[in-house]
Amino acid sequence: MDKIQGKGLLRFTTAGSVDDGKSTLIGRLLYDSKSIFEDQLESISKFSKKKGSNEIDLSLLTDGLRAEREQGITIDVAYRYFATPKRKFIIADTPGHIQYTRNMVTGASTADVAVILIDVRNGVTEQSIRHTYIAKLLDLKYIIYCVNKMDLLNYRQDVFENVKTEIEKLSLKLNVKNYSIIPISAKYGDNVVSKSKKMEWFVGDNLLELLENIEIQENSQNSLTRFPVQYVVRPNNDKFHDFRGYAGRLSGGKLTVGQEVYILPSMHKTKIKEIVKYQNYLESASDGDSIIITLEDDIDISRGDLIIPINELPNISKEIMATICWFNEKALQLKVKYLLRMQTAETKVVIDEMIYKIDINNLDKNYETKSLSMNDIGLIKIRTANYIYYDDYLSNHVTGSFIIVDKNTNETVAAGMIQSF
Amino acid sequence: MKNFIDNKHLKQLEDEAIFILREAAAQFEKPVILFSGGKDSIVLVHLALKAFWPAKFPFPLLHIDTGHNFEETLVFRDELVKELECTLYVAYVQDSIDKGRVIEEKGFNVSRNKLQTVTLLDFIEENKIDCAIGGGRRDEEKARAKERIFSHRDEFGQWDPKNQRPELWNIFNGRKNPEEHFRVFPISNWTELDVWQYIYQENIKLPSLYFTHKRKAFNREGVWLAWAPFMKLKDGEEIVELDFRCRTIGDITCTGLTLSQADTLEDIIAEIAASRITERGGRADDKRSEAAMEDRKKEGYF
Repeated sequence: MDKIQGKGLLRFTTAGSVDDGKSTLIGRLLYDSKSIFEDQLESISKFSKKKGSNEIDLSLLTDGLRAEREQGITIDVAYRYFATPKRKFIIADTPGHIQYTRNMVTGASTADVAVILIDVRNGVTEQSIRHTYIAKLLDLKYIIYCVNKMDLLNYRQDVFENVKTEIEKLSLKLNVKNYSIIPISAKYGDNVVSKSKKMEWFVGDNLLELLENIEIQENSQNSLTRFPVQYVVRPNNDKFHDFRGYAGRLSGGKLTVGQEVYILPSMHKTKIKEIVKYQNYLESASDGDSIIITLEDDIDISRGDLIIPINELPNISKEIMATICWFNEKALQLKVKYLLRMQTAETKVVIDEMIYKIDINNLDKNYETKSLSMNDIGLIKIRTANYIYYDDYLSNHVTGSFIIVDKNTNETVAAGMIQSF
Repeated sequence: MKNFIDNKHLKQLEDEAIFILREAAAQFEKPVILFSGGKDSIVLVHLALKAFWPAKFPFPLLHIDTGHNFEETLVFRDELVKELECTLYVAYVQDSIDKGRVIEEKGFNVSRNKLQTVTLLDFIEENKIDCAIGGGRRDEEKARAKERIFSHRDEFGQWDPKNQRPELWNIFNGRKNPEEHFRVFPISNWTELDVWQYIYQENIKLPSLYFTHKRKAFNREGVWLAWAPFMKLKDGEEIVELDFRCRTIGDITCTGLTLSQADTLEDIIAEIAASRITERGGRADDKRSEAAMEDRKKEGYF
């Protein structure tokens, strides 16, 4: 069987305003990469006809739930999959309405790349600013701006160049370094999976080429090595009578057998004895590996503890600053107890202070606000019941992120990115 | 063979699935793995094996038995349980019918597929199961595309698609009130092709049904259905014996068969890579209405 050197997974999120043609673009990517099956096509062409349309409406492919199909809007994050011989893709498809900031934050939290749609007729809008800001806030590695609906303006280069200049200004303002700008027509497929014949003047890669070839260093942001303990593995059988392993997913750098590590919070120093992955004993493990670690010394360790190299200490504190996005209909309340949950650790917290709220349409900071409502983003100061060990979000996404849970409803009411003082 | 990429993405998907299985073990008191004998649940068991070795995986298997099974599935199930020395619970739809909890459908397209929901929810309630781990994948069907990895169910076992907890990074919020439970889907991000490539890579044993075999079947509205003594034929439908294989395995009454000569995993992968219909395209249960899956999911289906 011929194997082609693959590039693994690429996760990207898509953002655009209601009529920017985002669903059509995703439909186009799925359709042109032959990820749409006949029965799905049959089902949407039936539905297109019911709505009185003769052309197949590709946007229907991605509108999942009944309410959405009836109202014609996307109301939640949906995940789509397609693959080419080079790469497998996961799309977090998020709606573009202003009230759905939280959905874009959710979609972006697991993505490497953001694809932001801009209607060539409107150029950069408040929504484009918002989408770029969120992509930057969540520390995505690359942004692709698709300037869509080129077909409506006769594929004119001068209009595209104007929009491109606006985007370049925006990127400069928000300090976005890695990005591309592509003129496309999602409806007719220009520059989506093949080079447009109508825009010979455009010399860059088309969207799919770009997605296939972007090199994302897996969690390249994670310069620090972190191993949050998920679960303690004790076989209790004769062969592995004394086995006591700590299961988790390594984030950031590398751990090696024999390496000296600290266990937090106890600050015990020990060495890695074994790195186990299902019947295999590994010499080392790297970012993203789900492994089990055993240690030289018998130390009491449980879920929520952190194993780290001795020269890479995290911050330890009972007070943190974080930019959070509020998710819940019930607004943020100061001085009320919430639960803060990191990947495996959990502690009670109080939000002590609202520092500012961001107006996400012009990025002004409002220092007068005392609360955050659903879809608001702001900087807050949190006091925790127990010491937490954390990093700046930009140093490690795993130890720099958390969710806030309402103790009464158990709902996830906010998501936060920690900032070092 | 084009369309066949190397295994880097499989490692990433495996690491993620193992992480999710360990979260389920850490966050819940009485989790079970929903085991149907189909390839997705077999892959799930394999992943659980890998996630906790050298310990045994801390989940019993739960099979909801419609009574309309392919015999091969049950044989396979029992051999697997014996080999892994794990606990198996079986809950019977027939018991739910006998107790009057559900009423058997009437007519030609009789299926116990929908009735399974009641049997499952009753079992969950009676045994205080707080987490049912399933092999559902988001690429299977459009209502599943919005499913969370940790999916909350209320005390009636219902799923509310409009009120789901946001899921960020790899932080899974499994907090709940007593009586409520979670469904956890470790292979959410896998596609049908990923599952087959993984089965090939890991050399995972499967029921013989997935490979070509001679079988008596009949064609109903374009879908080939296996013949069994309890199936009623309509006028004009006749039983023929041809080479079939199953692309999915479920209740015999609604599992569409594929005409196929594929007798190795390589053949199957090639067949799927070239396939032009989805695997659920052969599932009569999804064809009942435009939103059939969504409706069943809301009630607490798998």
